Amino acid sequence: MMKENPSAGSPASKPRVGLFVTCLVDLFRPTVGFAAVKLLEDAGCVVEVPTAQSCCGQPAYNSGDRAAARALARQLIAAFEPFDYVVAPSGSCGGMIKHHYPHLFDDDPAWQARAERLSAKTFELVSFLTDVLGVEQVEARYTGVVTYHDSCSGLRELRIKHQPRRLLASVEGLSLREMEEAEVCCGFGGTFCVKYPELSNRMVGEKAARIVASGADTLLAGDMGCLLNMAGKLQREGATVRVRHVAEVLAGMTDVPAIGEPG
Amino acid sequence: MSEAREQILATIRRGLQRGPLAGERREQLEARLAQPPRNLIPARAALPPAEQVELFVTLALAAAATVERVADLAAVPAAVVAFLSREGLPTDLVLAPDPDLTALPWDGQPTLHIERRAAVDGDKTCVASAFAGIAETGTLMLLSGPHSPTTLNFLPDTHIVVLRANRIVGAYEDAWSRLRERGQGMPRTVNWITGPSRSADIEQTIQLGAHGPLRLHIVLADP
Amino acid sequence: MHPTSQTFKANASAALHDAALQRALKNLKSGFPGKRAAAIAKLPEFDALRDAGRDLKNHVLEHLDFYLERFEAQVTAQGGQVHWARDAAEANRIVLDICRAVEARTVTKGKSMVSEEIGLNDFLAANGIEPIETDLGEYIIQLRHEHPSHIIAPAIHLNRDQVADAFHAHHGQYGFTERNENPRALMSEARQVLRQRFLNADVGITGANFCVAETGTTVIVTNEGNGDLTQILPRVHIVLASIEKIAPTLEDVSTFLRLLSRSATGQEITVYTTFSSGPRRPEDVDGPEQFHVVLLDNGRSGMLGGEFQDMLRCIRCSACLNHCPVYGAIGGHAYGWVYPGPMGSVLTPQLIGVDIAGALPNASTFCGRCEDVCPMRIPLPAMMRHWREREFERHLSPAGFRFGLRAWAFFAQRPKLYQSVTRIAARVLRWLGGRNGRIKSLPLAHGWTAWRDLPTPQGQTFQQQWAARQEKRS
Repeated sequence: MMKENPSAGSPASKPRVGLFVTCLVDLFRPTVGFAAVKLLEDAGCVVEVPTAQSCCGQPAYNSGDRAAARALARQLIAAFEPFDYVVAPSGSCGGMIKHHYPHLFDDDPAWQARAERLSAKTFELVSFLTDVLGVEQVEARYTGVVTYHDSCSGLRELRIKHQPRRLLASVEGLSLREMEEAEVCCGFGGTFCVKYPELSNRMVGEKAARIVASGADTLLAGDMGCLLNMAGKLQREGATVRVRHVAEVLAGMTDVPAIGEPG
Repeated sequence: MSEAREQILATIRRGLQRGPLAGERREQLEARLAQPPRNLIPARAALPPAEQVELFVTLALAAAATVERVADLAAVPAAVVAFLSREGLPTDLVLAPDPDLTALPWDGQPTLHIERRAAVDGDKTCVASAFAGIAETGTLMLLSGPHSPTTLNFLPDTHIVVLRANRIVGAYEDAWSRLRERGQGMPRTVNWITGPSRSADIEQTIQLGAHGPLRLHIVLADP
Repeated sequence: MHPTSQTFKANASAALHDAALQRALKNLKSGFPGKRAAAIAKLPEFDALRDAGRDLKNHVLEHLDFYLERFEAQVTAQGGQVHWARDAAEANRIVLDICRAVEARTVTKGKSMVSEEIGLNDFLAANGIEPIETDLGEYIIQLRHEHPSHIIAPAIHLNRDQVADAFHAHHGQYGFTERNENPRALMSEARQVLRQRFLNADVGITGANFCVAETGTTVIVTNEGNGDLTQILPRVHIVLASIEKIAPTLEDVSTFLRLLSRSATGQEITVYTTFSSGPRRPEDVDGPEQFHVVLLDNGRSGMLGGEFQDMLRCIRCSACLNHCPVYGAIGGHAYGWVYPGPMGSVLTPQLIGVDIAGALPNASTFCGRCEDVCPMRIPLPAMMRHWREREFERHLSPAGFRFGLRAWAFFAQRPKLYQSVTRIAARVLRWLGGRNGRIKSLPLAHGWTAWRDLPTPQGQTFQQQWAARQEKRS
């Protein structure tokens, strides 16, 4: 089922990718979904978007509601089982499926086996492009100095660090300027940001200061939750940094207003 | 057999879902204790002897100790006098009542005032001898005993330790092997000492000389 | 110590607004993480050692009864005594009885978190015995009647001027009449004052970083040398150790030591690592005449075989505190009990109850940095999540939050319904944002909009647009 070099094969051998859009991209930033489709198709995949998808269940899982998390996991597993790969434009949701789904079914061997099979073929978008498909460059243009925030789940659960940077290096007109402490949490944390808003605000405040201090004109990251959080803080503080999901830049889909920009 | 003891052990066994260990499993644990296996040892600790000495010196210096190499044990007293004079320190010494140290030619240093005993408050400089040096972190290993009172290592402002180069080993495990070869079991205290006393408890800035010695001077004697 | 974990949120808020605390916390962030990283960069085997350490401690926990009994036998064989304490009250009682038996009036103490856990200082003082903390940080906070805010740097919440004030207020009686803010001078002052206390103490109490079963040895690591003066000068040495501190052999301790100080202060090894076995030997000319080890359970044995067993691997290095963005923002006191930071957020609910400390495992973004730096590879976020599950099962989480979660899960499990709701949500949010592209204030999301704008959706949901595109294509 795993195809080592799918882009070289005939149309019949093209890998079928089920795109897990993620609830935040679906609601807030459809452009990211279309950017993901474009990047996957450019890399030789056939992309489908199952309609029977909503959320991966992480909010329930992290709130201690295992039953709801399991129900959502079963729904997602059933919807995505037919595909060669499952790809999400999010390290957080990707990490949920890849690392946490199997543990959700520790007392249910049948579902655990299904969860493990799904886990094995689930990837975050950028790491799928680079680590699985072997993509080394993209055809895109973006004039600007960008800084990249390493979202926690992508970085620490999926070890995504160099992959987005490598692809960004191939974007014409783009230069990368690292902020200090790019690996420190932005304070989003799903329900954390509403359960502990003051703490969350402190963390995103420090993050915003690092972003501004980097001198970059654009902030990129791979997770909508973190992006909404950082964009909201930067804009509240009057910073002029534009905020985009990394997929938008890699796909050359930056003609739409940045996150939280008027338009 | 206290009630607390029995209850704690019972709760542990309940959690582990078994009774007291017996039979083969127990024998395996006994064997492991009788012949302790070595776990992973970092490559830096597995050097040829000459390089071990170099590494020991480098790391002891990095830990803010001072090190002076002398040709042989007989050269130690003169080196100690030179050190005290360089540092502008008094010439009163408390010497560990160790026959090997006592046998050194201290008589040739008439400026020294030497007492052989444990340390007391007010002692400025003490000289002790190390059982081993451990290269992997530049660490001295001293054993307590009638010839090597532990107070010498902590009460004085200046701690001078005599170490023979052939007592330097690579890894911590090598030091334990030497201790086992000695065949006298564990002394009351084994001190591993790496540099002089320090604290960073005020604003995380390191200051030397917290409660133990302000200076650690190692006289490294060949062989 | 009376816990204040129940008011964690208010504690955290106060901490965020405490200017002196915020100034002091900068020292933490600029210090430990960088030093740790530098030390680890010099040891290529570090990650392999973490695996070895984890496996070793798992081995210990699987055979904890056997090793504890062996440890006890070896201590006894060397003329020492082991005392077993089920809880804090028993441990305090044992220590008091030992002190009374030698008519102790003052007790010097090396740094011990177990001592904090059982509230020993207050107990001894209430029984007429003066406890004197000798670790510089512990000494400072004892003068200020505070508890440690960090497990290895107890006074990290303080600035030098606060230390100067404390010394100035207490050291006049020893002839130090001038107020001094220089850290070096402050340390020298403490050294002189405490030297006399070391010499006059009747009993010395230390903790234990490890208890070696093979030899009946307790091990402490320090940089100041206070732990050594505490144990070699008085007639009696009491070691407080919790039952999970066991290391089978001296070789095994060596593995743990390679992990401990690098993870803690970023040192390759601490200045002093001291291995203590029994009382002074008949031929010795110094050292304690009595050697007692108090083995404290206090709820730990109940963690074996359960979902929190892995927490017993903790060697108290503090790396998880030092790398935690929440700890870094508020310091340790806000956690409201003895153990702060991620390790405390897992351990505290176990030791004092999730009904009291339930806020702690919730106060995490699960950013995972703690697990990433833990030398014993303890899955700290997973265990905080286990506490949230316990809370959820016991209906301890707030009702409004539970209702919201349930409602959301109801829709999320019905994708068609969910998608029609998100279509409406997208329109409403976009309408609320108007032309700005973002919402400045949203009553139901006050926690968000009090400090941040909320970017609005772009327009139609992805699913809507995708469906339209598929229709066009076909």
